Amino acid sequence: MSGGILQVENVSLSFKGVKALVDLSFAVEQGEICALIGPNGAGKSSLLNIVNGVYRADRGRIVFDGHIIERPTPFDVARLGVARTFQNNALFRRMSVLDNVLTGLTRLGHASFLEIAFRVGRHPAERRAFRERAEDVIAFLEIEAYRNTIVGQLPYGLQKRVELARALVASPKLLLLDEPMAGMNGDEKIELSRFIRGVNQELGTAIVLIEHDIGVVMGLSHHVIVLDYGRKVGDGTPEEVRRNPEVISAYLGVKH
Amino acid sequence: MTSVASTFAARSAPIQPSHIALAGVLVVAAALPFFGNDYWLNSLITPTIVMGLAGLGLNLLTGYAGLVSLGSAAFMSIGAFSAYNLLLRTPYLPLPLALICAGLIAAAFGVLFGLPSLRIKGFYLSASTLGAQFFFEWLFTNFHWFSNNSLTLTISAPRLEIFGYNLDIPPGRYALAVVTTCLLYWLAHNIIDSRIGRDWMAIRDMDTAAAVAGIPVGRRKLLAYGVSSFFCGVAGALWAFCYLGTTDAHAFDLDKSFQVLFIVIIGGSASLVGNFLGAAFIVLTPIVLDLAVLGAGLEAAIDHGTVTNALRVIFGVIIILLLVKEPDGLASLIGRLPRLFWTTRLRRRTP
Amino acid sequence: MFFLNVLTSGLLAGLMYAMVAIGFVLIYKASGVFNFAQGTMVLFAALTFVVLNEHGLRFWAAFPVTVVVMIIGAFLIERLVLRPLVNRSPNTLFVATLGLSFVIEGLAQTLFGSDVHQLELGIDDSPLDLYGLQITQFDISASAIAIVMVAVLAVLFSKTRMGISLRAVADDTLAAQSVGIRLPHIWRIVWSVSGFVALVAGLLWGARQGVQFSLSLVVLKAMPVLIIGGFSSIPRAIVGGLMIGATENLADIYIGPFVNGSVSNWFAYILAVAFLLIRPSGLFGEAPIARV
Repeated sequence: MSGGILQVENVSLSFKGVKALVDLSFAVEQGEICALIGPNGAGKSSLLNIVNGVYRADRGRIVFDGHIIERPTPFDVARLGVARTFQNNALFRRMSVLDNVLTGLTRLGHASFLEIAFRVGRHPAERRAFRERAEDVIAFLEIEAYRNTIVGQLPYGLQKRVELARALVASPKLLLLDEPMAGMNGDEKIELSRFIRGVNQELGTAIVLIEHDIGVVMGLSHHVIVLDYGRKVGDGTPEEVRRNPEVISAYLGVKH
Repeated sequence: MTSVASTFAARSAPIQPSHIALAGVLVVAAALPFFGNDYWLNSLITPTIVMGLAGLGLNLLTGYAGLVSLGSAAFMSIGAFSAYNLLLRTPYLPLPLALICAGLIAAAFGVLFGLPSLRIKGFYLSASTLGAQFFFEWLFTNFHWFSNNSLTLTISAPRLEIFGYNLDIPPGRYALAVVTTCLLYWLAHNIIDSRIGRDWMAIRDMDTAAAVAGIPVGRRKLLAYGVSSFFCGVAGALWAFCYLGTTDAHAFDLDKSFQVLFIVIIGGSASLVGNFLGAAFIVLTPIVLDLAVLGAGLEAAIDHGTVTNALRVIFGVIIILLLVKEPDGLASLIGRLPRLFWTTRLRRRTP
Repeated sequence: MFFLNVLTSGLLAGLMYAMVAIGFVLIYKASGVFNFAQGTMVLFAALTFVVLNEHGLRFWAAFPVTVVVMIIGAFLIERLVLRPLVNRSPNTLFVATLGLSFVIEGLAQTLFGSDVHQLELGIDDSPLDLYGLQITQFDISASAIAIVMVAVLAVLFSKTRMGISLRAVADDTLAAQSVGIRLPHIWRIVWSVSGFVALVAGLLWGARQGVQFSLSLVVLKAMPVLIIGGFSSIPRAIVGGLMIGATENLADIYIGPFVNGSVSNWFAYILAVAFLLIRPSGLFGEAPIARV
């Protein structure tokens, strides 16, 4: 396994005796959309949490863009160019859409504290640049009308887009989406798929997404990984995976 | 979900008075020394301004960054005693520099006592600043060097002058307090209105998500402690020199910390201006009550002690009422009054 | 021997802290709030008793009357403070109890004045020599009372229906409500019991050092006690109290001379913070202190 933007190598994780992930290995290529599927409890979110630095694996390692991530924290991983959204919309509810998106840019800020306090030096220009960048991403995701609305007041679907905007604003190389379509109806899913595809094609961002809707998975992804009880039971193109008997039995709950 | 946040949280869009209102305030402030008498300046306006500044400091930490502190008065005392010793022992240090240094010393200790926030959340954190409160009060009382071995442990400004002008008269002290506070208010506004302010609010709302979004949570928390303590330190120095001209360690006791906390709660943490409203309330109410008793001719029946007790009860009741009815404090209450003089924009003023 | 004496007197002081801490634990268990007003409750209870005493009521009359007063207080607090703030965050409630402490303290001073009141409980406070340790009869009685109280509370919590309801509420408020436990009722009971505990603590403290306003500062020492011992268990609060009392006294005696004064004002806090940094889940490893 080489090249690729992300390599997961022999990762294992258990919680108090329950094995969440067992010796998991796979790779994600540059610029591909990779879907992570499997029954509930198969360990998908745990895996994202490990890549993202929120959990620490018991064994194994993650290699991102050639960097071996030792003892990662979410901040370290973010700085390397990995962005993530959460199932429950980890947005800052009391802040506006624009402010939420702008928080994604803070790590790129170079102006020092004193420059900020006195509004001199690099600060004013940086501020303008950030604002422009945030507006670009907001326009891309078509939420301009809501830019000053407090996020907590928005409907769920729009919140999802705000979270996506925040994840995108610092031009990540890898985007981790944790069930981005949860709770959406058919039309909303089509719309979000369009955005995800747009992000991948226009920005070249590699994407790993956890998704339950098989239709979405088949239509959107280049690469599918199937997990069951923390182990990988399928790894290939959507077509290959669909015909894999192990995958079928995992979903049908056949004991194995 | 951090529960500290919801008590003290400033809304993302600080309530800001329009430019006209601000300009008006500044004009009034500049004119005051010519119209007001010394008593007014000294006992009402100057302490309000200085306490407002302290409230501002605490607001940055607690309202914006969501970090509890019960020790604001301790950092005020560090500022006061540092400024005193600096002015006393380094005769060539100009006053503005002395104030800045005093603030920085307070900031350093603020960061020190803020270190636990890197591993602890919630109100357990208040144990650290509460410890600071008791520690510094003890330190400045027990080690007489700090008060230059004065018998009464009091300190007063050895020299209060700038560019040769003596400031040690009521209008001068007032000017010092006003100018310093205006400057620091402007700085606070810039900080809040920037990515630092945003990062603080993000940390307050959900710090794991903040880390995921790339915010350096630990560094920002310590910065919040540092900045807040700087403000409190300068406020403490101003309190020592501009208010009564003299003070001692016990002036910065736990009650004072509570006063600062009440200023933030009463004034509302949704606005920087609210701090001054809250301070006005805290400073003026005792005086108003005293005057009312005098005016009603009841000073024989109701002595000063009774008034103080009544005040405690009143403040307590007000706190509870505010929490129940108006969590955003006075600032938002007033903000809803007829918009003759005060245009509130609930939208954050993005650049 | 000197060391043992210092240790013992520290432990005894710690026992006193623990008793105040127990009041906190009760309220925290049932409503999840750190009751900043606990110290003023101790003060108010003690003052009520003492003033009744001074007006001629003997112990066995004054005590029940004071208990009734505390119960009335509990009802008022539940109705006027807790119920309006029922779904708010624990920190809102904490600040509310801060406001409450101001109200109670102001009332106490208005009603009872600010003089120090001497309290005679009729228990001898002269030192007995017990194998070289200096302990007084008072110390022994205080310890005995504390132990009895803990035992009674323990039985109440585990055996009676009321106690079980209390534990249910502490565990999961919504679930408790859904099985028909009425929160206001529980709160009134808990605050009343806490008031009772406050009275006992107040009497013991007051007999030692007179009933005066420094009593309400005891509340602040309870915070380190609870941080170390944990917030939700009475026996652990006792251990926490003993630890704080002992180390504080030892620090005073052994470190004090180097720094020209007693360090007991702040030592407990630094100890608590150090604890939090090393063992965020308290001495006994109970979970929820949010670690970053």
